[in-house]
Amino acid sequence: MPKILKYVFFDLIRSRWSIIYFLFYFITGLVLLYLGHDVSKAIVSLMNVTFILTPLIGTIFGVMNYYNSREFIELLLAQPIPRRRIFFGMYLGISLSLSLSLLTGMMLPFVFYGVFGSDHTMSLIILLLSGIFLTFIFTAISFYIALVNENRLKGFGVAILVWLFMSFIYDGVFLMLLLMFQEYPLEKFSIILSLLNPIDLSRILIMLQLDISALMGYTGAVFSKFFGNSSGMFLSFAALSLWTALPVALILKKSSKKDF
Amino acid sequence: MGIKYIKTTLILFFVYMPFWLTAGLLKVNPGEFSIREAIKIAQPHDTIQVASGTYLEHDIIVDKPLVIIGIDRPVIDGEHKAEIIIIASDSVTFSGFQIQNVGFSFTKDWAGIKLDRVDYCTIENNRLIDTYFGIYLKKVKHTIVKNNIMEGIAKNEVNSGNGIHLWYCEDILIEGNKISGHRDGIYFEFVEESKILNNVSEGNIRYGLHFMFSNHDDYIGNTFKNNGTGVAVMFSNFIIMKDNKFIDNWGTSNYGLLLKEIYDGELSGNVFKSNTTAIFADGTNRIRITHNNFISNGWAMNIFGSCMDNEIAFNNFISNTFDLTTNSSRNHNSYHDNYWDNYTGYDLDRDGIGDVPYRPVRLFSFVISKVPESIILLRSFFIDMINIAEKVAPVLTPQSLLDDRPKMKMLRYD
Repeated sequence: MPKILKYVFFDLIRSRWSIIYFLFYFITGLVLLYLGHDVSKAIVSLMNVTFILTPLIGTIFGVMNYYNSREFIELLLAQPIPRRRIFFGMYLGISLSLSLSLLTGMMLPFVFYGVFGSDHTMSLIILLLSGIFLTFIFTAISFYIALVNENRLKGFGVAILVWLFMSFIYDGVFLMLLLMFQEYPLEKFSIILSLLNPIDLSRILIMLQLDISALMGYTGAVFSKFFGNSSGMFLSFAALSLWTALPVALILKKSSKKDF
Repeated sequence: MGIKYIKTTLILFFVYMPFWLTAGLLKVNPGEFSIREAIKIAQPHDTIQVASGTYLEHDIIVDKPLVIIGIDRPVIDGEHKAEIIIIASDSVTFSGFQIQNVGFSFTKDWAGIKLDRVDYCTIENNRLIDTYFGIYLKKVKHTIVKNNIMEGIAKNEVNSGNGIHLWYCEDILIEGNKISGHRDGIYFEFVEESKILNNVSEGNIRYGLHFMFSNHDDYIGNTFKNNGTGVAVMFSNFIIMKDNKFIDNWGTSNYGLLLKEIYDGELSGNVFKSNTTAIFADGTNRIRITHNNFISNGWAMNIFGSCMDNEIAFNNFISNTFDLTTNSSRNHNSYHDNYWDNYTGYDLDRDGIGDVPYRPVRLFSFVISKVPESIILLRSFFIDMINIAEKVAPVLTPQSLLDDRPKMKMLRYD
């Protein structure tokens, strides 16, 4: 596994796309910080970009990488290597290289600007952490989708659809449900719904750092009580970890049975 | 000046001299003489100087015009038995004391210093600690309450008193006091023509300053920090609110400034920072809200549909999660010449005023006012999208609620 991980990781990290991905975050971060001069606004803008882009890039890379390395996989499968190692190694290689681009690209502008040590450190750390989680989650999901679908076009379509659902449609349905059941107490219901979508969960974790005064009003206090204390924080990250583990387990299960 | 005037002056001088001489000076030292005894033997208009030390006294009734001065802040300790100073005469000056440990009662409003139906008094430079009510003015006129420090130990609304409590008063000056740990910092009920200047009201359970049925009053230059609600103005007319700071008033149904049934006031030059809701207005009419700074609040303004003919102009709205929310689809107030940091319009003729109007009510803030739980979707892409859609073609948000002269640059108020 380490060998396969190494090959995939270095293959990707040297590719043009990783560098472009890195440069994108790096330049966006620099521009937001040095033109806006408002760290919390920069973090909000970066959050909006990150939560759309990391899942999308994770999805595209996961699908593309699997289909492109079809022959490589078949070659490896002919060798006496456990399947688990091959697929897990590939998955880790993609996720790690994407995370590295994300981490360095996003962190460096803030390091230059000197944010670390200020009161925005916590929100930045959570932003980075949830960005990495989202990369791992969506790469795994798309990798699994590619594994299931032999047809490239179909695999690609399904993966994009999942991304679209998580990013946009889910929140729309969420809002509709809230409006429909507005006569009922909805606090617990909305906490559960937000735990079921990793993008929503990450957004709430950052929002709690930035929009505390808005959250303190009305029922917001209930949410900040839940997500704000250490057990809520633990539960949120546990949910994110579960979101990563689940598709990975599916990959391992599918790959061990798949007929190539 | 003729010789006649000098003569008259001299005669007046000698006629009144005995009175000045009798306006004597009494000194009270701890252990040898109680303050109550000193008041008993004093003549009207005498001065009583109280030396530093601790006096275990309560129910001290000042029933003649006296000047009572504490030297080096003597302590009067009520030992939680009853109230301490009761001023029942006009023209009393009371200053330089530390009053502590007033008794607690559910039926009586016991206070550190109570003024009962008197005029022309001055309460100055005192420190009040754990006095159920701090300074209590009942049917008082033309009086000054200045530079006092009040530290309460209030834990809940039910069994706590107000810092400075005024009931049926007129022409009172409240200046430079520091009030904390009470139910309401300053409480006004049926108070006319009074001024509240440069006070600091901090950490009170309910309101920093509370107006009920009080008209023609001003509060200027005060700081209201970390109270349940900064200031509540209810059922009051012609109130001038200027240059105050409303900071960190956080919590569910807590506001920087709560306006309820108030008419014809002026609100200008204030700073609202980090409040859950900076201004909440219900039944508020003909108020001019100008030249204020709204910074980092959850909601800068929550204007109910019951508000009419208010003017909101020349304010700065900076880093607020929501600029404005309302529960009505109609608008009866005028918004113009404000700076909104969320404004994304352009200024082609470069006159400093945006060419497209700004709509401060976002669809999402409208949704939240209907379903509060939906705050959990704040800053989600879906919400951003419907906000943009609503901005382009308003359906649910009040169509006429817009600032048609939004400023391109922040207004500077120093």
